Amino acid sequence: MAEITTLHYLVVAAALFVLGVIGVLTRRNVVIVLMSIELILNAVNLNLVAFSRMWGNLHGQVFAIFITVDAAAEAAVGLGILISFFRNKETINVDEIDLLKW
Amino acid sequence: MPNFIMSYLDPKVTVTPGSAGNQFWALMYVLIIFAGVSVAVICMNWIERKALAHFQVRLGPMRVGPHGLLQPIADAVKLMIKEDIIPAEADQFVFWIAPMIGLLAAFTVYTVIPFGPSQAVSDMNIGILFMLGVSSLGVLGIVVSGWASNSHYPLIGALRSSAQMVSYEVAMGLAVVSAILMTSLNASGTGTLSMIGIVQAQQQQGVWFIFKFFPLGFIAFVIFAIAMVAETNRAPFDLAEAESELTAGYHTEYSGLRWSLFMLAEYAAMIAVSSIAVTLWLGGWMRPFPNLLHAPAWDFIFSLFPGLTFGGLAAITFIEAARMPTQSFFKIQRIGLAVFAALLGFIALLLLVIAVAGRSADTSVAARFREGIDYVYWFVLKVAGFMYLFIWYRATWPRYRFDQLMKIGWKVMLPISLGVLVVTAIVGVIFS
Amino acid sequence: MNPGMSAGLNSAINAGMAPVGTPWFFYVLAGLAVASGVAVITRRNAVHSALALIVTLLAVAGLYLMLYAPFVAGVQIIVYAGGIMVLFLFVIMLVNIDRSSKERQFNRIWPVGLAAACALLALFVSAIAKGKALFPDRMITLPESSNTQQIATMLYGEAGKMGQYTFAFEIASLLLLVAILGAVIMTKKKI
Repeated sequence: MAEITTLHYLVVAAALFVLGVIGVLTRRNVVIVLMSIELILNAVNLNLVAFSRMWGNLHGQVFAIFITVDAAAEAAVGLGILISFFRNKETINVDEIDLLKW
Repeated sequence: MPNFIMSYLDPKVTVTPGSAGNQFWALMYVLIIFAGVSVAVICMNWIERKALAHFQVRLGPMRVGPHGLLQPIADAVKLMIKEDIIPAEADQFVFWIAPMIGLLAAFTVYTVIPFGPSQAVSDMNIGILFMLGVSSLGVLGIVVSGWASNSHYPLIGALRSSAQMVSYEVAMGLAVVSAILMTSLNASGTGTLSMIGIVQAQQQQGVWFIFKFFPLGFIAFVIFAIAMVAETNRAPFDLAEAESELTAGYHTEYSGLRWSLFMLAEYAAMIAVSSIAVTLWLGGWMRPFPNLLHAPAWDFIFSLFPGLTFGGLAAITFIEAARMPTQSFFKIQRIGLAVFAALLGFIALLLLVIAVAGRSADTSVAARFREGIDYVYWFVLKVAGFMYLFIWYRATWPRYRFDQLMKIGWKVMLPISLGVLVVTAIVGVIFS
Repeated sequence: MNPGMSAGLNSAINAGMAPVGTPWFFYVLAGLAVASGVAVITRRNAVHSALALIVTLLAVAGLYLMLYAPFVAGVQIIVYAGGIMVLFLFVIMLVNIDRSSKERQFNRIWPVGLAAACALLALFVSAIAKGKALFPDRMITLPESSNTQQIATMLYGEAGKMGQYTFAFEIASLLLLVAILGAVIMTKKKI
């Protein structure tokens, strides 16, 4: 495998995506769940930029920039929600954030 | 001689080693920059203590060498042989890695700083973007070091310090953008993000960007100058690490060599942001008036400056050696200072010989040496001016309270830098 | 410089700016990214997790540089590693409670989550294996020197002619404004 093709980058992106999904589904600490979501977004970005290189235009890169901007906004709002919840209930376990359960 | 060594010494080379793929010379540049910055930090330590002392009408260190010249070496040896204390409940791995993050961030900026038109480690097309990104990685080192110490004062100091750095990064970035906007005011209408391109744009447009569209360039420069003092946690923005406020802030629990790594990172960051300011606004490596006073006679006069500077330093040192007391126990210091003066005089003589030998603009080896020395000399002179300003600020101004600091960063600097950016864009479109 | 390579790569090599040691850099960066990703989801201490995520982000920025996308790499370092991760570290320090580091680390239903992720992985592997024939063998070498200018044209240019994303750019800035307002209002102690 002397030359690195698009496929190599897609495999890396798929691996990062699956790791992020495992993190979201299995961890109890809310902050680590949010960090796994960032991992998922990065995997998607890598996919987009690899395809942008394959096709030779820049649409993928511009889309990746927009996703980065979006991830920043979402991290800020998600962490704000976490902080205001923490002030009320003093816990950061996903298992114990169940006030809306019947 | 192997080809890859000689290929860079060719006088007609106009590309930096990194862009040409020449790894050997890029590595040489990295080593030279690392050694140079370390020596500069040591000199800065001495200059800061002596200058602060003279500002406060006292003498500073006088004992260790003649006029305290060997004091930084004594400090370094003391810090290296001190006991390495790690707090009991501290996170070992994070405690160990925190100074390294700050050091990495401070030193990586030097890969894009140009000392000449082809004397940089690598002239990236996104040079300024790289600089902004890497200097924002330094915040992580501070946050993590405050956390790893597992103690109140470092944690509060780290959070305050990182909040201050993040706030002033915004104003710094906007001031940088308004300088980059000025690079696009040329015939083709495209600017550049590369550092060498910015200095060459100043050369093409015939004016340093600090004087362009006066006072817009000047206001942008002042905003960057204030923001860079706040970025490096220096007075008057040093609430987070001042001794009387928070028992030394985020590096309270670090002793010995680890503390010296923090100080190295802080001084290296100071020199790095000063180099950025010099490149963006003060014309980088260019001598004063390169377009206006273009005759070879003026070139020759300006190329004598490095030799004359060292000659002046040698003369001052000789006079001080002559003025030292003549008792017997001062004899060693007197001789040492005279030897140092002779060394400076020798360097001055060497520089004058190179300036005279390479005075024509041909491509001989002496001319190439002279050009390189001239570029580096003017660059270092401007950066040294900024370093002196850092010390002057520390001696003169009282420090800001933390809420005043944040108020200035968000309510004063950010609107002014936004305004300067918009007005620069409008004026640039109107006048070209 | 065999004639089978694309014209772009040939001219880049002639200009002396060809990438060197590409497979090594790719495997090192990709391995670093995946290993740090594993560390993100398995560390008990949240600060270690955050540091591992920083390493992952920097490795992915390196991969962007290899894909001839220097501007996206710069944006990644400035926004993600320098901004979002500092925010994460601040919040970890604010909500840190010692109790959480001594409790159980994974969910009660972690086998179900792991099985779902494995099913997703199987789906990805089958998609890549089946679609392998569709990808062209050689990638197009994008010019690196005008990357920023071209992205700027697409983002800021005249709508319809060259700037296809101008409207989306304005909407993104509005999104950021809403996010700032939301974060400030949610975390104020008294509104």
